Parts: sequence; structure tokens; C-alpha cells
Amino acid sequence: MALLKVDRLRVEFPTRHRTLVAVDDVSLSIDAGEVLGVVGESGAGKSVTGAAIIGLIEPPGRIAGGEICFAGRRIDCLPDDAKRRIRGREIGSVFQDPLTSLNPLFTVGQQLVETILTHSDRSAADARRHALRLLGDVGIPAPAQRIDAYPHEFSGGMRQRVVIALAICATPRLIIADEPTTALDVSIQSQIIALLKRLCREHGTAIMLITHDMGVIAETADRVAVMYAGRIVEVGRVRQILRSPNHPYTRGLMESIPRLDSDSARLAQIDGTMPRLHEIPVGCAFHPRCPDASDRCRENRPALRMVDDPAAVACLLFDDGRADG
Amino acid sequence: MADTTEALVEIRDLAKTFDVSKPWLARLLEGIPVQALKAVDGVAFSIRRGETFSLVGESGCGKSSVARMVVGLDRPTRGSVVFDGTNLAALRRRADIAPLRRRMQMIFQDPYASLNPRWRVTDVVAEPLDAFGLVGSRSERTEKVADMLQQVGLSPDDGRKYPHEFSGGQRQRISIARALAANPDFVVCDEPTSALDVSVQAQILNLMKDLQQRFGLTYLFISHDLSVVNHVSSRIGVMYLGRLCEVAAASDLFRHPQHPYSRLLLDTIPDVAMAGRARAPVPGEVPDPIDPPPGCAFHPRCPFAGERCLQERPEPAQYGHSTVACHAVEERRIPPFSRSNPGR
Repeated sequence: MALLKVDRLRVEFPTRHRTLVAVDDVSLSIDAGEVLGVVGESGAGKSVTGAAIIGLIEPPGRIAGGEICFAGRRIDCLPDDAKRRIRGREIGSVFQDPLTSLNPLFTVGQQLVETILTHSDRSAADARRHALRLLGDVGIPAPAQRIDAYPHEFSGGMRQRVVIALAICATPRLIIADEPTTALDVSIQSQIIALLKRLCREHGTAIMLITHDMGVIAETADRVAVMYAGRIVEVGRVRQILRSPNHPYTRGLMESIPRLDSDSARLAQIDGTMPRLHEIPVGCAFHPRCPDASDRCRENRPALRMVDDPAAVACLLFDDGRADG
Repeated sequence: MADTTEALVEIRDLAKTFDVSKPWLARLLEGIPVQALKAVDGVAFSIRRGETFSLVGESGCGKSSVARMVVGLDRPTRGSVVFDGTNLAALRRRADIAPLRRRMQMIFQDPYASLNPRWRVTDVVAEPLDAFGLVGSRSERTEKVADMLQQVGLSPDDGRKYPHEFSGGQRQRISIARALAANPDFVVCDEPTSALDVSVQAQILNLMKDLQQRFGLTYLFISHDLSVVNHVSSRIGVMYLGRLCEVAAASDLFRHPQHPYSRLLLDTIPDVAMAGRARAPVPGEVPDPIDPPPGCAFHPRCPFAGERCLQERPEPAQYGHSTVACHAVEERRIPPFSRSNPGR
């Protein structure tokens, strides 16, 4: 059974003039020990999806439809303190900027111990021992000397390790990682990716990895969901999607990434930009930028359909069995 | 006729030291000496007319400091920048510098910070025209701005709008239009696409390539993204802790990187061709630039480091077509390179 199941999630942000729909009809599932990549450009709704799962949508934003089930239990309509008990204990989170995730006024040790005490009934001394073990676990050298240092005394990569230590201190079954490596240099990025993969393997933790970087997805994720304008346009195994993307957006996205093994003078480009939330076109949201758009695409919104199990794509080109990939 | 291999910009022994000491009273009370941060230390390379020379490296390696000194936003502590035969450091009078300034322009990383939000796009793009007194009449100015906006794929009517009305990619187009308005020869691009989404990045990189051909531009391109650098550059300089490790043609660097740090960088790029394959991450981090390791700054992370690397700093030397600063390369102790994912 899936550890996390999101069914037709819809997240709205009411404004004075109109209601903006940031996430529309998103369904996904993550199994235990699986890494699901969620990829898309800014404004695609990937972070809002993550925030909805951990119950961190700021009012007036609200979940306007759909269900989120975690370990067989519906969690989207729980009261706030029940949500708070799940957050951190069962679902951990890692955000992009490690400096803003840590409190600059407390030492790393104090923050870890506080988090451990909140989620377990260990004694203070035991919590500190656990904190030391965690810091060693995430690859911080000489944790006994570093535990009483403040966040500003750590480098960016080490800070992100501390944030990961915070996320795993109650051994959650799922970690929502929102752009965990974007603020880091490439050599540090590969270390953090390796760390996340090891946690996933050793503890059977499931990870929802939200990123804009296809390279990171390629190396880390088992399956990937591609988002565009608040919807999932394609989902499938990473290799399936990278080798033979079906949706015209995924195809364009893959071709626009400069590759080390190609010397072509020009990159393939998708003209235009992702629509803003208040001007999402009717029909398929991608049709104004799509090279294969027809009249049908301007009127009908395509649903996510299975094309080559487990790959699914939301595109009218694949609706009537014309799937050729 | 211009010689195509002639150097347009020559950088000689460039160095920049920042004073990062505590205030003097604190130094006096705690008995600590003045601290200097060598952001750039003895960098030398030349950029040929019409080429794209890229500097790559991780944050804090000094690549942006080099860019700022090249265009004259920072004054070098040591060394010189020679632009088209003229040493910029030797010029003291504003009137002497201005004509050269017009010929070098800059595109910045963050298109949200580099455009004045209270100016209309027309005034943003016309700023270099006004600053260098390049247009006589009002109508000539309007015409020139309209032309520049069209060159970068915007409409002349967009000149009446304000920067906030545009997306990130469009704003970067406005920055490019502003940089090119004064008709420069040389454009320094400091991470021009790092703040953009990939599909927009492709648009901007293609546009920059088209404009380079149309106007015969020479680029100094600063980036941390090796796949972007591979795509745009003719030659590449790899920087680590304020020094150049390797300068090579793009094709040489990506096929036969020589310096161990270049190899590390190439090996750690997450690549879409890597799906499902595991690799061993490189240990260690960039050391503190205030207190860099002795000898070769890279030796604590280097798999080929020997006794000599701990003590003696390697100087750049020519190997084949590349310039490399490494003892292990000099002593031929380095095996041929193969990426972690063979077969490509």
C-alpha cells in the first residue's frame, strides 16, 4: 500500500479580485522507501503541493478539494495540533535555504535536543547523545566539537546536513525535501544527494524531492512527476521520462537543458513562459506554447491517462490511442 | 583586416585582497593581527576577439571579483587589465577612461535587482546612450531604444512599461538591451541565466549567441554551471580559491580535463544521463579563503596530492594546448580521465 496518497488535491489562494488556483487536480502516491521527484519551473505549484502535504499552507490559502492520506489515514482535515504531531514526527521536511531553516540565536545542539524532546520522551542527556549520533549520521566530522556551535559557524553544506539531521531526528517515514541542494555548490550538492539516498536505503524513508533540476532528479529519484501550471502533466519512472518523454512540455524541457554530451550550436527552446496563476489559459494550459496544439487543445483540458504503465500523461495527443512517443 | 586570434582583453597577474579584519580596537584588545582575504591571487589569461571565455568555479573562488575588476567596478590590488592595447589601471582621468568604458558592458545575475524599478524600460535601455552622450535628439534616442528592444525579442511598445511588468526572462532581455545599447565590443556576463528557469535559460543563451554573431561581440562569461559553460564557451578557465587551475579550450577541458579539480567538477555535475547510476561523491569542502591551505590550495581534497603539493605552490605551465597549475600533472602522476558514467 502506498505510504502517501494524494488524490485530486486542489489548493486555492483567494485574493480581492479572484481566486487563484495554485494546485489543481493533483494526484500522486509515494511508497515506503521510494524517492518521488517533483519537477517543474517556478510557479508550477510543486512547492505548494509539498506545503499542503505537511499542512503548511498559509491562510488565506486553503486546500479546496481532494484528499491527502498518509499511512492509510486522512491528514488534510485534521485539527492543527494533530497536524503538528504528524509534522516532524512522521513527515520531516528540508527546505532550500538552510540558514533560514535554523534559528541563528541557538546552537545546533540546542535546536536538535529541543526537536528530539518534542517528539519523544527521552531524558535530556539521552536526547543530547541522540543528537550527537544524528550529526555523525549525516556526515558532520567531529560532532562532539561541533554540537555547541551556532548555525553561522557552519558552511552551507554542513548547515544543510544539520537541517537534514533535524528532519530525521524522529525517524519520520516521509521527508518532503523542497529544493534541498539548490543553494549549494555542485560538489557539495552531490554529497547531499548521496546522503539523502543513503537515508532512504538504510531507514526505508520515503522522500518527495521537489526541484527544478532534472539532473538532480535523474540521479536521485525512482519516479518523477512533471508539473506545469498547477497540474501534473506527466508521471512515470525516471528512466522512462528521461529517455522518451511523451508530453510536449517534458520533451521541450529535456531538449532545452544544455548537455555535456552534445555540441549543437543552439538549444531547442520553448517560446514564451509559464502562465501566471491569474491567466492560466482554458483547455490545456500548455497549448499557447505547444508545437503540436490543435483546436481541441484550446477547448478541452486533458486528464492524466496511463499510456505505458506506470507512465501517465495529460495530453490530448495521447487520448485516442495515438501514443507513439 | 582584424586578426581573429588577436587578444582583445589581457589580464596579467591580477590580484584583489580584501581587508576583513575586526575593528582596530577589537584587534588591540584581543591582540589579533590584520586579516586579509585574497579573493583573487595572480590570475592571468587573455580573451581573443570574438570568442566566449568562461570562468567557472564554486562560490567564493573569485570569479565574480575578476569580472568586476575587468570592467573597472573594483580596483585591482595588483596586476593589470589591458583592453585593446591600453592598460586600464594606467588611466587616471575620467575623460580617458570613458571611451573604453563604452566599449565594455556588463550583464548581471539578478534581473530583479539590476533594473531600477522606478524607471521606464526606455530610460533603462537609454541610460548608456545618455551617459556617453551617444544620441543627439529625442527622436534618435527613441528610435535607438526601439531598435534595441526588437533586437532582444521585445516590442518597441514595451519601452513605456516598468520592469515589474515583465517576467524574469524578459527582464534579462532588457538588461541585455541596455548592455548592447552603447554598441560595445566586449560584454561581461556574470551568471546571466542562474536566476532563470531552464526553458527560459535556453531562450537567453540562444539570444546571446545570436547577438554575438550579429554584433561581433566578445564575451567573458561567469558561471558555476558546467553544462551551460560547455554550451557557450570557446575557452574556459577553472578557478579554485582565487587562482586559475586550468585554462583550456572547451572541447579539451570536457574531453581531457587535466587538473584534478577540473575532473572533480566534471564528475559531480548531476547529469540527465546518470539516471539510476550511483557514484561516489567527492569528500571535503572549499577551505576558508582567509586561511587557505599551504602549498597547492586544493591538496586537502586531491586524490593525487603528494609531499610536494603540501609545501610548494604549483605555477601554471603549458601542457599541450592547456595551461595547468598542478604538480601531479607536471610529474605525469595522473591517469587518463574517464567520467563515472562511461560509454559516452
